[in-house]
Amino acid sequence: MKKMKRETILPAALVLALFAGLFILERVLPASSTLFVVLKKGAIYALVAASMNLLNGFTGLFSLGQAGFMLIGAYTYAVFTIPAEMKPVVYQYYDHAIGFTLPVPVAILLAGVMAALFAALIGLPVLKLKSDYLAIATLGFAEIIRAVIQYDKLGPITNGSNMLKSYPKFSSVLFPFTVAGVCIAIILLLINSSYGRVFKAIRDDEIAAEAMGVNLFRHKELAFAISSFFAGISGALLAMFQSTVQASAFKSSMTYEILLIVVIGGIGSISGSVIASFLFVACSEWWLRFLDTEMFIGSFQVPFLRSGFRMVVFSVVIMVMVLFYRKGIMGDRELFQKRRDNKAKGVR
Amino acid sequence: MADNVLHVEHITMQFGGVVAVNDLTLDVDQGEIVALIGPNGAGKTTAFNCVTGVYEPTNGLVSFRGQPIIQNHPQGKMRAQYAGEHGDLYKTAMVKTPDQITRLGIARTFQNIRLFGNLTVFENVLIAKHMRAKQNVLSATFRLNYREEERMRREAMELLEIQGMAHLRDETASSLPYGLQRRVEIARALATDPTLLLLDEPAAGMNPQETQELTEFIVRIKDQYHLSVFMIEHHMDLVMQISQRIYVLDFGKLIAQGTPREVQNDPEVIKAYLGVADNA
Repeated sequence: MKKMKRETILPAALVLALFAGLFILERVLPASSTLFVVLKKGAIYALVAASMNLLNGFTGLFSLGQAGFMLIGAYTYAVFTIPAEMKPVVYQYYDHAIGFTLPVPVAILLAGVMAALFAALIGLPVLKLKSDYLAIATLGFAEIIRAVIQYDKLGPITNGSNMLKSYPKFSSVLFPFTVAGVCIAIILLLINSSYGRVFKAIRDDEIAAEAMGVNLFRHKELAFAISSFFAGISGALLAMFQSTVQASAFKSSMTYEILLIVVIGGIGSISGSVIASFLFVACSEWWLRFLDTEMFIGSFQVPFLRSGFRMVVFSVVIMVMVLFYRKGIMGDRELFQKRRDNKAKGVR
Repeated sequence: MADNVLHVEHITMQFGGVVAVNDLTLDVDQGEIVALIGPNGAGKTTAFNCVTGVYEPTNGLVSFRGQPIIQNHPQGKMRAQYAGEHGDLYKTAMVKTPDQITRLGIARTFQNIRLFGNLTVFENVLIAKHMRAKQNVLSATFRLNYREEERMRREAMELLEIQGMAHLRDETASSLPYGLQRRVEIARALATDPTLLLLDEPAAGMNPQETQELTEFIVRIKDQYHLSVFMIEHHMDLVMQISQRIYVLDFGKLIAQGTPREVQNDPEVIKAYLGVADNA
């Protein structure tokens, strides 16, 4: 009992301290500081990485559709929250079809529900597939949805290939941290529940899980829909963060970024995904920015440094990770988790 | 005769042109230990897989406690290819998935152990309890099912204690020695509250002493949980010691059945196992 208390109090205190720190930071630093960009985007990526880990790391379903579900979430949020007076401006080429505006929390929830709904539909045929085939099918879905949203006939709703803008955004870092924090907490609760155990059982051995009375399809569908629900919510947050949404931005490279975060953090560790997403965003938006700008020392141009070199470095990092450091930052453990004895570890 | 638990009738399993199980008929009654033996490749595991829903038999009927649960007849392309017997006996098709079969009360273990390797022994047993728990994903996530969860944990722990494996509860399943993994797999099958336990070569890879322990273990759980046991096994000591009846399969065909003594002296069985001298 004492141990359990320690395991809950410590993270709770840390979360409180984190929010207090953020609150103070916002009053000390100028709002334009790069740090805030990193924190906001990091929180959003942490959520989508956790949702991907739920599927790939805990249920063993290798899906690459995350960008597609974020796209659905982002568009759902944007379409339903653009204020009535701004609609003629945004939908300048179309007659806007949605005549009402939803409050922000409702729209965020709807973004998740919509993504989950699509996932459930797609899951019906796709979840019968195994490993690589599932990855290909979900990747294909993400590409198709991106094309469909830009379809001209859907213009009155999605604004075709034009961007959506002028919907409510957030300014404080606390907003994405709160939403992502609550969602990740729910994911953690789910993973440690009876259903989470079954997901892990499916990952370890499908045939044995079925022999234990687990309805494989129902539970896979469930994991897929829940993961997509949270991907949808993170899509809505991303829309708020970027202040404009355009379908063409949700490319498959976005899914790969998220996959990179999951692998670096450790497949099967939610806290690993969170840590890795902040590291990744900080590197790509801040610390490694210099790799993309040409640099001169006197009249000498430093070789390789030019636009796009950052991605080369990332590619090398992921290769090195996969070759030498496959378990990632956290392996399959969580922060503040009681360690299992080493004897059991060694044999594995 | 005691109550019938499992009744298999004219089961044929044909893969393409290969008839793996040919017209198998057998019975398991309440409280019995029945063994299915035969040389390698005789179709024993295939027969198991037909009963547990892993395969859909090409033809035949399986009933559990008097209720038909699986039934099939050659359909489509198989109708022309069908090489078995009684192809026109059954008219309806009834298919069940393995999880539905388990729900009915038939639990099984596997020839090559299939534990959830990354999970602890306790979690392995706990997963078997999920099936019958009254909960949904929301109540489980937000811990509204804490009573069910508590019950599941208590029952799983009790099972481990009764089986003398309580001290192993936090061990990772894949780190256990082979013999213990077998016992955990059986304990996990027991956790689904079965009436009939199917064991696929439970003593495979065990030394004589471990086999002896397993033999006692099987008899003990059979009495404790009022089970019927249907097993595939190669260790003849074990089979002859505890089975009430034995079925012998060779090349998919049932070649003998009866008490251990009857089977041991059956010339067909001796021929199948040892071959027959060529006196030409």
